[in-house]
Amino acid sequence: MIRYRLFLWALVAMAAAVFGLFAWQLNQPKDEFVASAMIGKPIPPFALPPIVSDRPGLASADLADGQPKLLNVFASWCVPCIAEAPNLARLEASGANLVGIAIRDRPQDTALFLANHGNPFSRIGRDDISAVQLSLGSSGVPETFVVDGQGVIRYQHIGDIRDSDVPVLLQKLREASGS
Amino acid sequence: MTAFLVLFRRVPALAVLVAMIAAVAAPLPAQDLLPPAPYAYRQLDDPRLEAQAQALMETLRCLKCQSQSIADSDAPMAGDMRHQVRTRIAAGETPDAIRAWMMERYGDYVSYKPELSSTTWPLFVVPLILVAFGALILRRRLRRAG
Repeated sequence: MIRYRLFLWALVAMAAAVFGLFAWQLNQPKDEFVASAMIGKPIPPFALPPIVSDRPGLASADLADGQPKLLNVFASWCVPCIAEAPNLARLEASGANLVGIAIRDRPQDTALFLANHGNPFSRIGRDDISAVQLSLGSSGVPETFVVDGQGVIRYQHIGDIRDSDVPVLLQKLREASGS
Repeated sequence: MTAFLVLFRRVPALAVLVAMIAAVAAPLPAQDLLPPAPYAYRQLDDPRLEAQAQALMETLRCLKCQSQSIADSDAPMAGDMRHQVRTRIAAGETPDAIRAWMMERYGDYVSYKPELSSTTWPLFVVPLILVAFGALILRRRLRRAG
């Protein structure tokens, strides 16, 4: 009889554990971001034509010229890209070299976007069919990659760059140039 | 319309609520204005290759719309992924190689096909253990009853 009781209590404990697990997991913030699995790997080879007249296009070779860079994946039709524009300007003012890839964008829209929100980029490539974006493991706009001087991806920031992300990216950039 | 205005004047909270819902329901700004990638909606001419591409697209998850395969999604990015799949198949790459290329970039997330791996094996093994456990209990009970 006592064994039977213990067995019942064990069942209750198991059920409580299962529901506790549910309660805990349901209260975890949902991570909707799909992280790139390319961190630590070299940028895949690519060559994108320019999209605006006053900046050259972007090729993978430009990302292995010895100087670490921030690679920003953006689009004029992307609202968070407007939100992060002031912080891209701050990063540029802090000495970061920014290059951009415009995703599925018309040249006139990109030009207008840069005229309205600033152009912190030294180069901008035109990716009409998200081909380079897919090869980077990027799943949306905006995203920002830290690429070291050898062209190896060192860090990925997903979503718009908030004020608090600026020092983090500058730190990652320093780490990328340190080694 | 006037009836609504009268109602809002009587119940200001209702007006605020409707305004809030209207603000949230405002249409999102348009997505990109570019046409879909050439092979997003166009099938390959060779039906055998198209069948291969279709089978592969059904095993790749759309990155924008998490519960659809890229074969089922109209998101521009899913179209761009279908373009990658079709042009790579047409260029002679095997479906396995293309799948591996995607997994190398997006990890397990992009897989829309259950796969047995070092992290997923409990999902397949635990139900088997539970069924075996249930069968054991049932057998003991039946034996005791008999």
